[in-house]
Amino acid sequence: MTGPLNVRNIATVALLAALVLLPVYVQLGGDRFMLTLFTRIIILALAAVSLNLILGFGGMMSFGHAAYLGIGGYAVGMLAHEGVLSGFVQWPVALGASALFALVIGALSLRTRGVYFIMITLAFAQMAYYVISGLARYGGDDGLTIYKRSEFFAPINLSNKVQFYYVCLALLYASIYLVWRLVNSRFGMVIQGSRSNDMRMRAIGFPTYRYKLVCFVIAGTLCGLAGALLANHTDFVSPGIMYWTRSGDLIIMVVLGGMASAVGPLFGAVALLLFEEFLPFVIKLVGTPMFGDAAGRASEYWQIIMGPLLLLVVLFARGGIDGLLSQMHRKVRS
Amino acid sequence: MTLFIEQCLNGLQFGLLLFLLAAGLTLVFGIMDLVNLAHGSLYMIGAYFAATFAAWTGSFMLGAVLALIATLIVGMAVEVIAMRRLYGRDHLDHVLGTFGLILFFDELVRLIWGSEGLSLPLPSWLNTSVQILPGVNYSAYRLAIIAVTVAVAGFLYVLVMRTRIGMLIRAGASNREMVGALGVNIKLLYTLVFGLGAALAGLAGLMQAPILTVQIGMGENILILAFVITVIGGIGSIRGALVAAILVGFLDTLGRAFFPDLLRMLLSKDAASTAAPALSSMLIYLLMAIVLVVKPEGLFSASHK
Amino acid sequence: MSEPNNEPMLQVHNLAKRFEGIVATDNLSLDVAAGELHAVIGPNGAGKTTLIAQLSGQLMPDSGRVWFAGNDITQLPMYRRSALGLARSFQITSLFRDLSVLDNVALAVQAHAGHSFRFWRDARAEPQLREPGRALLARVGLAERADWPASALSHGAHRQLELAMALAGQPRMLLLDEPMAGLGPEESARMVEMLRALKRELTILLVEHDMEAVFALADRITVLVYGRVIATGSPADIRANAQVREAYLGEAEAEGADHG
Repeated sequence: MTGPLNVRNIATVALLAALVLLPVYVQLGGDRFMLTLFTRIIILALAAVSLNLILGFGGMMSFGHAAYLGIGGYAVGMLAHEGVLSGFVQWPVALGASALFALVIGALSLRTRGVYFIMITLAFAQMAYYVISGLARYGGDDGLTIYKRSEFFAPINLSNKVQFYYVCLALLYASIYLVWRLVNSRFGMVIQGSRSNDMRMRAIGFPTYRYKLVCFVIAGTLCGLAGALLANHTDFVSPGIMYWTRSGDLIIMVVLGGMASAVGPLFGAVALLLFEEFLPFVIKLVGTPMFGDAAGRASEYWQIIMGPLLLLVVLFARGGIDGLLSQMHRKVRS
Repeated sequence: MTLFIEQCLNGLQFGLLLFLLAAGLTLVFGIMDLVNLAHGSLYMIGAYFAATFAAWTGSFMLGAVLALIATLIVGMAVEVIAMRRLYGRDHLDHVLGTFGLILFFDELVRLIWGSEGLSLPLPSWLNTSVQILPGVNYSAYRLAIIAVTVAVAGFLYVLVMRTRIGMLIRAGASNREMVGALGVNIKLLYTLVFGLGAALAGLAGLMQAPILTVQIGMGENILILAFVITVIGGIGSIRGALVAAILVGFLDTLGRAFFPDLLRMLLSKDAASTAAPALSSMLIYLLMAIVLVVKPEGLFSASHK
Repeated sequence: MSEPNNEPMLQVHNLAKRFEGIVATDNLSLDVAAGELHAVIGPNGAGKTTLIAQLSGQLMPDSGRVWFAGNDITQLPMYRRSALGLARSFQITSLFRDLSVLDNVALAVQAHAGHSFRFWRDARAEPQLREPGRALLARVGLAERADWPASALSHGAHRQLELAMALAGQPRMLLLDEPMAGLGPEESARMVEMLRALKRELTILLVEHDMEAVFALADRITVLVYGRVIATGSPADIRANAQVREAYLGEAEAEGADHG
């Protein structure tokens, strides 16, 4: 990629700008639903960005990342339930609990590699799911309603949808920037080197375990923040958010978006959630003139495409959307 | 005391069932180096086939046999169509690809059978209890499960340790290139091994079907346990899978049955009833954590990869 | 330059290692004097790479001891040995393929440049990492290819990069595992010259198959067969040793690799 003016960068800037302008579009008479949808997309993008730190850059295939969405969310939910509504207490607790969980799980899991690591992170996250499901006081399986959102000082009112959207967006952009700086720093070079060839890293003198653990904790903490945001967004939290298949969804977002860049996961989150939201509609729209009622029923089973589609992405478009955009540039140039 | 014996047998039965699942998983990983998240889907398919065929034919046994064959066929088909393209790739690719298969199968099952679950009623000759000790009755069906799984375990042992195919399987586990170089049809071997794993998963599913409801997502639930067992026992080791499975089966069953009482002795009644369900479910993960600290490669790790 | 004292730089005493019944290292003892280039040769399967693995900390021996510059490093984890001044190159090229050539060396430099818990500053813009990196690349002849992706290098260039990375951090001793593996005649000659130049500055333990290089460079040679030392001595002694000729050089002779 020669100069900064290429397809990928233009697409990135366009997306970032569009997201900033979205509420304006909604205010001017657009569908209010878009605001809700995109708030959700942004929060999950934050979770995906945090996952990409360990997965894409660090090569640590954690299949338990959704656990932090739950931990962060339940920190907010449980405290709210007990009458503690201040965001200044809830959010640090959410971050702290996530960091602690990541520290313990990471310390144990990072002693292993490859398949073991996948299974272990999955198992521990599932353990967290079962533990929280067992807490009847906080709703158990049914979940916990959050009656009031996190409270901060005067001008900030998270119940205001537009304000909340911008808070989430700011945190997302800050996180993307943070991750970007992190992976290019000395610390990031160690992480990337460990992904590329862990043994070589140890041979040249790096105690890689330490660095990977710190990276794991940072990623978990960031995802805990996403969890706190998600709980506020849905005014509800349930163990389902931590179920291991949700961790799979996060991984899909990261791979779909492109693991080699800090902003890739944002592409992935946007693509996946828009796909989920609109594909049934598109099937119905396109299919009804041709197939009548059948199209309507077929659109209910759109998810059946997801599986094979994922397989195809894995086999043929491993670099994700980000990769495709970068390749497009090369094709255009030549 | 009766309760204790009953729970022990339940633990054994559950553990042996988990062994079937874990054995398939570890076999496929050990030989083809393939992480198969969709293993749970094959378990689910086995259960759905059994419920359907039993209803069609009116016979539980016939339904079970047909389901087993059908799952075997589905497994081999999946191997030929999808798995082949994943061999030799990054484990992340396996995870993603097979995760995609989970999504696909869940939706396919929903398409064919609907969102409501199915049930598989037991025939009267199995739906009784048997007196195993004076004064102690136990479900005949669960005893049957124990018997079948022990037989299968024995069969696996003989297969892997005593036959030519088993030798190839073990050789494949340690050195793929060599086996290929020997002119053995690796492709066929892999298809058969995967099919065997699928059959084991399907068998576990169909045997479990009368006890739990047959529903979408049953595979995902139990897959976690299979993973925990594989980690504890060591990847690639069938022996490890057996020992770990029985351990996990006992710990989970007895834990859920007696741990709350234990807690009530130690804590206040309120605290105990709040914490009990949560902590009981943690027990097997604690075991896994301990094994990880003491012996990260598993209790009986097979190969030196 | 060699140190004035007589303490060997590396001492290996009764090292032993088994793998499920196969004896890879059998009561192996040797030492390497400071400033010496000590070659280890032996037929395939003699356990040469296993020896290097145990010296570098990749494997832990079952029994025996290893001392490096007076420190007992027998059970020391791999990443600590580098800090003591013991560096290693790999027989099967082991680089960071998805990073650039300069990134590779800079990482090796970074390992010896203090801790790496620095989260903000761009590491690729740090002169104290990049300059020594470039200098090392120049030394091995890769300066113009600094910005290439490591995967784009030829096999010969990979071996050069391996060496550059081993040299980062100014080690006192190098463990070189078949640096000539897969090199053509021109590249081999270049590598021999480079090693000859290095000889003056540090101690080297060289595992090699290339007999020409071994006899050109080695001060002393140890011969391994089935994990056991069957002879140690000067190149002349080794060439004259009947046992060695039979076990090893005999094979080499048959392949026409014997040069006087």
